[in-house]
Order: sequence, then structure tokens, then C-alpha cells
Amino acid sequence: MTNGMTGDIARPQLSLKVRLRFDRRTGHYLLLYPETGLELSRTATEIVHLCTGERTVDEIAQYLAQTHSDISLVEITRDVCDFLKALAGRGLVQGFK
Amino acid sequence: MNNEYRPYTLIAELTYRCPLRCPYCSNPLGYAGYGNEIDTDTWLRVFQEAEALGVVHLNLTGGEPLLRDDLERLIERASRLELYTNLITSGMPLTFGRLSRFAALGLNSVQVSVQSSGPTESDRIAGAPSFHRKLEVMQWVASLELPLTMNVVLHRDNIDEIEELIALAERVSADRLELANAQYLGWALKNRVALLPTREQVETARTIASKARERLRGTMEVIFVTPNYYSVHPKPCMDGWGRRFIVVNPEGLALPCHLAHTLPGLRFDNVTKRDLADIWHHSDGFNEFRGNRWLPDVCRNCDRHTKDFGGCRCQAFHVTGNACATDPACSLSPDHGLIESARSQASQSAGVPILFEYRTGRGFSQA
Ligand code: SF4
Ligand code: SF4
Repeated sequence: MTNGMTGDIARPQLSLKVRLRFDRRTGHYLLLYPETGLELSRTATEIVHLCTGERTVDEIAQYLAQTHSDISLVEITRDVCDFLKALAGRGLVQGFK
Repeated sequence: MNNEYRPYTLIAELTYRCPLRCPYCSNPLGYAGYGNEIDTDTWLRVFQEAEALGVVHLNLTGGEPLLRDDLERLIERASRLELYTNLITSGMPLTFGRLSRFAALGLNSVQVSVQSSGPTESDRIAGAPSFHRKLEVMQWVASLELPLTMNVVLHRDNIDEIEELIALAERVSADRLELANAQYLGWALKNRVALLPTREQVETARTIASKARERLRGTMEVIFVTPNYYSVHPKPCMDGWGRRFIVVNPEGLALPCHLAHTLPGLRFDNVTKRDLADIWHHSDGFNEFRGNRWLPDVCRNCDRHTKDFGGCRCQAFHVTGNACATDPACSLSPDHGLIESARSQASQSAGVPILFEYRTGRGFSQA
């Protein structure tokens, strides 16, 4: 764990009930699900786009680290986990606890 | 363009016709006297105009939307417009084949209403045999991997079954369970004595629902909506008048809420005569209760008005006779006594059977 990796083998993926769409009015992406939705920040959008069910959390974090050289891998991993945990609590991602 | 007044959701009330006769139906009391339903092309245009205004959620509802034979075309267009489309239905009349077509055309989720956890009570409340069919429909929804919301309108005759209702929702693999106390407007107001639960009933149900919410977190979302007769402050009705929702009723009136056209003296426009964006931004009806101008003094001097907007306009009118009054459900309202007396009536008549007055009017068979 000292290198910031989680070692988690799960490959998170958006739940079936979730649709991602671009919002022309705000320039942000929206995660839509029954009755409501979430407006995503730039980083959140990047994470969501990587949740294809093919990558583990560590792979997602490593991928993001390449384009965000100003942030440490440890921090990125933590942000990814926090965000996915919030989504999982609402049943919006599968394969992440 | 600022987002203060941006509609996110279009509630398309496709018809007031329905095979059921629920005594708390949210359609207006006089629904049978309304004009003709607007046609397919008008709805398709409304969807397009709504999307251009910022709408991302579409609720196809009624009455019973399945009674429209153009539902396929509506779903197809909504999906092309990337609207998150939810079908709100009693489940009748539907076949597995038609539901599969909806799914293939891009329907995003289905909400099925259930009146009670067992067939006898459910059919009695719905005013028609329907429970078994609803169960079957919910199983179809799950088998097509469509997200399912099971919705139950709670009242004094079914609120004690909350455990059984939660178990039923789990059994049909619902993604969401909406346990929504009746809102006492329209038919529910007419039937208030037969529907309003006691405070104890509400509290017990709320406690059970919160435990289930914790236990099921991440698997099934459990939503419990308190009757506003038992909350200290009102809810922000429709997230504020003309802020987030547009309702278009079966004859094409564009409204800020289901019953706005029952308020006297307001003028609402029809989508067949005026563009939706023009109605949203400039019509008198939509502007009537926006901003603070109209607020009664009680609310103006209360800092909650930025959150609840003074509560529900329809409740203000239908209970106090004044649409500009503070929502009487608010404990600070000078008319709150009217709500208190309804509550004490509920506790006095607890346990005494009271008959419903079923929704009547142009029904399914004559449609
Ligand atoms: S509340 Fe009942 S009667 Fe009213 S539209 Fe819904 S199913 Fe039909
Ligand atoms: S007085 Fe008005 S603003 Fe204050 S809580 Fe009551 S309804 Fe809301």
C-alpha cells in the first residue's frame, strides 16, 4: 500500500440505470439516473469515462497520473476511491465497494 | 443563460384515461371534462423544444400512458434527443412484447405503482383487479434489465404494511422503492379523512424505512416521503414554481405543476399555440410565483423561503382559499389550524373503516 496502490482487482463500471450525457448549457457532463442526476466536474468526468469495466482502480489512477503530473499517484488514487465510493453508495457503479 | 430558471424535467401527462381508480389520483377532479388529447406530432415537437430549453429527464405519465398507441414513437424520439426517459405506469394494459420494444427503442427506466403488498387490499385501493398483473410486469422489467422503481402511495390503510412493501420490492429486484405519502390535493384532498394516517403511523413507518435504507444502501434506494401534514416546514414544492419542472397535460397546457390550472385567475398557455421556450420564459402563469415579489409577509420575514419558496401554491389555495398564502402545512402559517384539525380528526378516527370516494370520470372502457 505504500506506493498508493489499492491492489483491488475489481473493475468498476457504470450501473445499467446510469446514462452519461453532455450538457450543452453548462459544458459539463451529467450522470443521469431515475428522477435525478449529478453534474460532474472535469476530473469526475475523466474518472467516469475510464470506468468501462475493463480497468481496475489502480489502472484508472495510473492512467490519470499520466495527464496530471502535478498530483501524486497517492492523491489521485484517494480521489478516485472517494468518488467511486460515493457513486457506489447511490448504486451508480458496479464492481466497487 | 443563468440556471436559476432551467427546467431539467418534462412531465408529459399523455392522457388522463386510466384503467384504475385510485382515491388519491393526482389528476384534477374534473379531468373528465377536459378537451382532446394532443397528437403525436405535437408531443414530438414538445420534446424537442423541451430539450432545447435544457430538459434532460422525461417522465411519460398520465393517467395511464400505455393507453396511448403512439408510445413507441414518443420513446424513440426521446431517446434520439438523449432524454433520460422514465415510464410511469400502473402496468396495465401491457404485454411483454410491447415492453421489450420500448426497451429496444431506448426507454431508460420504468416505475410501477403498487397499491398494497397483497392482492386483496391492492385491488380494493386501485378499484380494479390489477395486483397480479403488476407483479408480472415488474418481473418483466427486471428480466429486460430495465431499472425498476416500485412506487407506493402511502395512506392510513397501507402505511402499516411498510415491512411487507419493502420485502416485495426486494423480491421483484427494484432499484428504487418510493414510499411516498399521499399529497393532499385533488382526489386525495377529497378523500383526506379516509387517507390521512396518524402521526404514530407515520413515525413508525419512517423508522422502518430508514433502517431499510441503511441495510440496502448501494442495492436498492429507499425513499420515504413524509406527508407534509406532519412536517414542521413545507417541502419546496416542485423545487419552486417554474424553476425545474414543466408539466404538459393531456390537452397541451404547459404548467409548473400537475394542478396549477386549478388555481383561479392564472393564465396558462397551450403548446399547440405557443412555443415552449416562450411559455417558459414569458408566460404569465409561469412567472406568477417566481421570485419574491408575491411572497406573503410571514415567508418574506423567514429565511427558509430561499429553500422552500413558501411551500405549495395548490395546497395554499385548496386549503385556505388564497393561492398567495403561506402553505398551511407550515407551522408558522396563520392558517395552520386547518391542518392541525385534520390531524386530530385522523387520530380520532384511527381504526374506524372509512370508505373511499373512487376517482370517476371518463374511464378505460369508454376510451
Ligand atoms: S393514481 Fe391510480 S387512477 Fe390515477 S393515474 Fe395513477 S394508476 Fe390511474
Ligand atoms: S414561513 Fe414560509 S418560508 Fe418560512 S418555513 Fe414556513 S412556508 Fe417556508
